[in-house]
Amino acid sequence: MPKTLYDKIWDDHLVHQDSDGTALLYVDRHLVHEVTSPQAFEGLRIQGRKVRKPELTLAVPDHNVPTTDRTKGISDKESKIQVDTLRKNCKDFGINLFDVNDKRQGIVHIIGPEQGFTQPGTVIVCGDSHTATHGAFGSLAFGIGTSEVEHVLATQTLIQKKSKNFRVNVNGSLPAGVTSKDVILKIIGTIGTAGGTGHVIEFAGDVIRNLSVEQRMTICNMTIEAGARAGLIAPDEKTIEYFKDRPMSPKGKDWDKALIHWKKLFTDSDAIFDKEVNINAKDIEPLVTWGTSPQDVSPITGEVPDPEKEKDQDRKIAMYRSLEYMGLKPKMKISDIKVDKIFIGSCTNGRIEDLRLAAELLKGKKIADNVSAMVVPGSGLVKRQAEKEGIDKIFKNAGFEWREPGCSMCLGMNEDQLSSKQRCASTSNRNFEGRQGRGGRTHLVSPGMAVAAAIKGYLADVREIN
Amino acid sequence: MEKFTKLKSIPAFIPLMNIDTDMIIPKQFLKTIKRTGLGKSLFYEMRYDEKGKLINKFILNNDPYTQSKILIAGKNFGCGSSREHAPWALLDFGIRCVISSSFADIFYNNCFNNGILPITLEEKSVQELSEYSKRKEEIEINLKDQSILYGNKKLSFDIESAKKKRLLEGLDNIGLSLEKIPSIEKFENSMKKIKPWILNNG
Repeated sequence: MPKTLYDKIWDDHLVHQDSDGTALLYVDRHLVHEVTSPQAFEGLRIQGRKVRKPELTLAVPDHNVPTTDRTKGISDKESKIQVDTLRKNCKDFGINLFDVNDKRQGIVHIIGPEQGFTQPGTVIVCGDSHTATHGAFGSLAFGIGTSEVEHVLATQTLIQKKSKNFRVNVNGSLPAGVTSKDVILKIIGTIGTAGGTGHVIEFAGDVIRNLSVEQRMTICNMTIEAGARAGLIAPDEKTIEYFKDRPMSPKGKDWDKALIHWKKLFTDSDAIFDKEVNINAKDIEPLVTWGTSPQDVSPITGEVPDPEKEKDQDRKIAMYRSLEYMGLKPKMKISDIKVDKIFIGSCTNGRIEDLRLAAELLKGKKIADNVSAMVVPGSGLVKRQAEKEGIDKIFKNAGFEWREPGCSMCLGMNEDQLSSKQRCASTSNRNFEGRQGRGGRTHLVSPGMAVAAAIKGYLADVREIN
Repeated sequence: MEKFTKLKSIPAFIPLMNIDTDMIIPKQFLKTIKRTGLGKSLFYEMRYDEKGKLINKFILNNDPYTQSKILIAGKNFGCGSSREHAPWALLDFGIRCVISSSFADIFYNNCFNNGILPITLEEKSVQELSEYSKRKEEIEINLKDQSILYGNKKLSFDIESAKKKRLLEGLDNIGLSLEKIPSIEKFENSMKKIKPWILNNG
């Protein structure tokens, strides 16, 4: 029977299956961070259980670390306890940790691929919904809860029910100024935040094939914002090239064997999908979100929608609530929305290619007087690479703050938060109420659009920046 | 984990779709290293103003809803972050059942690991039950029968048999999976031959 890529990876990891379809799935790679793991380790201790395969887990503090000078440690007491707890847990249970001052420290979904810990065809889990990012390499990767983290630590498996197959095809060629961030925002705007619920989405089509692996990561990263269990992109020559000589990539004969396996990771031509959506690249413009759900997207050339025109009553209520929270009026021009803050970073857009693209647009320019702006590189290695290329200087000369790596203002667990009514053009993934700080107003954009907003002081069209 | 059999309560209805886990429990409460104590911070930004004072119009701040064990809400409940702090906060507040027309996947699974029953119903039924919240009348959930009793009416709901069994018996998933160690070992041994690079990490 023809199989989808998801079917193949699923079948390849089945340890056990009950008659009702409940399966025990082998987990090849487990990523752990400080926020969703302490209770899992505590659970192991209470029950006197061990970590089954410590070498298959990699830990890093990222959510709760300061992005300013770290040499004096973490001043927030609770944050410090959480990071110290991770350190102790890793030591006690024999898990590899990239600690706060390790040059390899960074956002868990950036360091996994960077180190070659992430690999095609594997099952990867982490107590974080953006684990979907790793699907860009053809791995089945998804977020889990803390009880499940404990389950994976103890058994190296996870209890799962198989999801349905969903394919999103993006064909054509991307217009100028349109990036993979716009592609995924377009997809979420099209299928909705619950459009992928119960499904694993495979992204296909020539637009996806033509993207770099880092750009693909942005797409898979936000699959969770469409409600899907995971996002997947079949590995290809670019993927293989990416993993050559990474510190944790397979070596020698293992590499040769892995290549043979990786080349089988594609959806059979006659495989059947439960759901399929086609997007034409020429219909995608640079996008921004106007509301408090990632599906609330509008082209930068558009206007804030009028809830009165919405037929669905629940949706209408939600739109009114969003507009009130966001401090926006129906029908106002998107480009008339003034911003206070610019955030470039996160597991969605904190990689070297994102920073290069942003710096290229920013070169020789200054940020507007009404904005403050910050760049938070996704990892210590991204930061070093950017500094080697002089990217940090471009940002600093333009008026951006150049910070230490971490999740930072994407979720504002550390000091990097919006204040009430402060408006931010952000390259992150969620514009929920209070996400970046209580009362803070988030507009999701691509890195290029963030730069455009920084220069103009308003949400602005990247195509007008030269 | 506490068993779930029957539950009787006046439900609390929050008429919002896409209630995300950031809304259920905001980031500042994720710094804890415990599972307990989050109930007072449940729906924090809807429940308390910027000075930390209770917002009177929010349903969970008003009797009898301060005692509700059942929450009814709009579709796509629990979307967003995977934080299990969301079900922990619900549980710590006293909520053991959430009724909606749809749930986000990760939140849905997290519920079962905490003895919380998420019930998916058609929107029409969710609306009908929400009237009982407004009228401050109790409804009764019976997991064994998969039924909800309200007034003199009764409706049934679907749930996967394995998940139902776990809630009814309060089973520890990890304990059950550890009984399958021989299968896991067999799997790993075969993987050593077919995909040696997976286990050769580190």
